[in-house]
Amino acid sequence: MNLVVNGKETNITDGLTVSQLLVQENVKMPDMVSVELNGQILRRTKFEETILKNDDKVEFLYFMGGGCGIN
Amino acid sequence: MGLTEQQIERYSRHIILEQVGGAGQEKILSSKVLIVGAGGLGAPAGLYLAAAGVGTIGIVDADKVDLTNLQRQIIHHTNDIGVEKIKSAENKMRAINPDITIRTYQTRVNAENISDIIREYDFVIDGTDNFPAKFLINDACYFNKVPFSHAGILRFHGQLITVLPGETTCYRCIFNSPPPANAVPSCSQAGVLGVLAGVIGSLQATEAIKYLLGLGKLLTGTLLTYDALETNFRAVKLNRNPNCPLCGENPQITELKDEEQVVCDLNDC
Repeated sequence: MNLVVNGKETNITDGLTVSQLLVQENVKMPDMVSVELNGQILRRTKFEETILKNDDKVEFLYFMGGGCGIN
Repeated sequence: MGLTEQQIERYSRHIILEQVGGAGQEKILSSKVLIVGAGGLGAPAGLYLAAAGVGTIGIVDADKVDLTNLQRQIIHHTNDIGVEKIKSAENKMRAINPDITIRTYQTRVNAENISDIIREYDFVIDGTDNFPAKFLINDACYFNKVPFSHAGILRFHGQLITVLPGETTCYRCIFNSPPPANAVPSCSQAGVLGVLAGVIGSLQATEAIKYLLGLGKLLTGTLLTYDALETNFRAVKLNRNPNCPLCGENPQITELKDEEQVVCDLNDC
């Protein structure tokens, strides 16, 4: 089935959970990523149990700290 | 108050804009913007806001200019090494525009001092380099109802969002709490393309001016991400989060607290 992950059409196997998608998409440090599913931020505790559906829109959002004041 | 002849000339390229005009320029001149962090993001923001004639600009920073800063913190020059960043930044902003007032705060923001500083201002630019400060600014702006621009840069990526506290998606709506120690690398550890600070910091300054003038559509409810290598800007729509610990339906954060300082050891990243 097809998903849109960070704006890109992505084909995945049926029944994949959000946690499994993070692994499949090679997301480093998945514990540090916020996930938006169809316009709503998904609680981290729901990653394991949330099964993705055809045409879901998923955004991986990453922490970005720098204003780079300190060396 | 009316503009002087010199001001009309200095700001003529603003005034000629139908959406700004003399009245808009006067509004800019009577506005106050605070820049937290005179580093990569704060540097271009400070320079452009000074040039634009923002009447009062506050700068908060506790550090001194270091050689490694100069690759991206364009408000600081080689002969400023060792000088307080607020002093160095103030000198450049005054040189660009003697018309404006600069207020400097030689300190780091913390839960004790931040409210007294930010509530003097119409808009805040988060140009800090660490997560505890970013969360503190988000929370303090929420409690004091001061709009702000959040941004971050790392490697070849940048992101920013404008927050109207209590009205639009906040930083905690997206990222519940700061990452634990050793989890997310900083620019000093992972690197950053210097010009990224210019791109993103300039966008923050644009948001400030748009807000001050009530112009156009602010970058609210939308995280703008920039990938310099792919030359790709994406506007990711983000609704308010009912589970947000700060501005959600059942807030757990009811007062300002300092988040633990996160130090990242790259070996663990």
